[in-house]
Amino acid sequence: MQKTIEIENLSVNYGKHNAIDDISLFACKGEILGVIGPANSGKTTFLKCINRTIDFTSTSKVNGTVKVGGENVREMTSVHDLRRRIGMVFPLPVGLPLTIYDNVAYAPRMAGVRDKDELDELVETCLKQSALWDEVKDRLDSLGTKLSGGQQQRLTIARALSHRPEILCLDEFSIAVDPVTTMRIEDVLVELKKEITIVLVTNLVQQARRLSDRVAFMNQSKLVEFDEVDTIFGENPKEKLTFDYVRGYFG
Amino acid sequence: MFQETPLIQKKNRQQTIARTIFMIMAVLAIIPLITIFIYLFYKGSPALSWEFVSEFPRRRMTEGGIFPAILGTFYMVALSLIIATPIGVLAAVYLNEYAGNNWFTRIVNLAVVNLAGVPSIVHALFGLGTFVMFMNGPCLLAASLTLAIMTLPVIIASTKQALEAVPMSFREASWNLGASKWQTIRTLVLPNSFSGILTGIILQVSRAAGETAPIMFTGALYFRKQLPDSIFDQSMALSMHLYTVATQGSQIPEKIQFGTAIVLLGLVLIINAASISLRVYFRSRKKW
Repeated sequence: MQKTIEIENLSVNYGKHNAIDDISLFACKGEILGVIGPANSGKTTFLKCINRTIDFTSTSKVNGTVKVGGENVREMTSVHDLRRRIGMVFPLPVGLPLTIYDNVAYAPRMAGVRDKDELDELVETCLKQSALWDEVKDRLDSLGTKLSGGQQQRLTIARALSHRPEILCLDEFSIAVDPVTTMRIEDVLVELKKEITIVLVTNLVQQARRLSDRVAFMNQSKLVEFDEVDTIFGENPKEKLTFDYVRGYFG
Repeated sequence: MFQETPLIQKKNRQQTIARTIFMIMAVLAIIPLITIFIYLFYKGSPALSWEFVSEFPRRRMTEGGIFPAILGTFYMVALSLIIATPIGVLAAVYLNEYAGNNWFTRIVNLAVVNLAGVPSIVHALFGLGTFVMFMNGPCLLAASLTLAIMTLPVIIASTKQALEAVPMSFREASWNLGASKWQTIRTLVLPNSFSGILTGIILQVSRAAGETAPIMFTGALYFRKQLPDSIFDQSMALSMHLYTVATQGSQIPEKIQFGTAIVLLGLVLIINAASISLRVYFRSRKKW
């Protein structure tokens, strides 16, 4: 079992606000790590620490170590290379003001891929993986921003896959997507996890249960419990809070 | 049946009064503009001809055209733009995209806002004290530099506004895909703020063309027999020409004064119209 993400004693402050308080956990290749917890518990901040987009929030202060592939992300020389190894999908879809094709080809181009055939193939594969290909294959040159919300979200997923990441992070991806499409994307995730690590932040406890191999439950900036999915959703998780949350008694 | 109660009657009455007042104010606002137009055309149209815009003045300005003044204004505005645009746009990109929120950027931003409010005569005196002294006398370059100093803060402010109009989420999405800041600026931010940046610059063209004070002491003169040979020559200019024909000579026919005013006003309006149509064109192609 290969640990691709290792978090040790991570704390993040925004000014005086303590967004993440001393959490330690890990994610493995070939597994989906589900992160659940109520709003404002630090889930999104956690994702931002992995690809270091937290750096763009000037008030943030990060303590502890985040390792990706055994390497401390703070000590990496090229933050752009780090971000290319990680695909990110955020809750509100952002179609870049480019054509559908250019949206998906954006990251490879920024990484220096110029070959037309290679890009064509990549765009097709990624759009198929995100279950969008059939709907847009005849209009790849229309604007990505003109797609519907659900389609844009799948476009974002295609874009996140376009640089062949080792790690795919999804932050509540199903908010803007209908249930049928959600199921299709979930199937894709199960398929993808054979090769890569997936971190799935979700508000849907049942989605975490369906997909995850391990689950981290966060509440009020703290990691309440981190264990295998059967333990968290079983009869005897270590913390009563976890038991209450996954059964909907609280939160 | 629906009955008009006294309350509804009162509401309708107030509505009518309010709308009438607003409409009167709107009409009042455009009356001066229309009056100026009609007055200028009435007085100046006899002077307008191809000769008027293509020939030199003759017989102490009492005959002939204003070609050197038009050309001089064109030179000054073009040169000032060549100086101010790169500095202004690039400075705005730095301030908006790269600079953090610290005391230095706050001071620069404050300076930009305040400089934009400095009266043009102050810029003129500054130009006289620095550029003219440095270049041993007034010339086109000194006048253009003064105009550039005057337009620079406004170009920075309008460019910043155009950059801010590009949603932050686009930048974040791009960074998340591993693009660097410069790649993001080049491929997303600048292409999508281009129309706003351009509009801001064009509006400064018309402002620079219309100002008299900044060029009066720094490079424009009353009359010159030749066109300027280089940027170190002095030149006539439209606004300066209008000022002198209107105030200095008693023999100059009225139609020449008003003709000059029409040409200056027309030039400014054409430039503004170009800016507006550019904006409309780009808005129709807005990508989000």
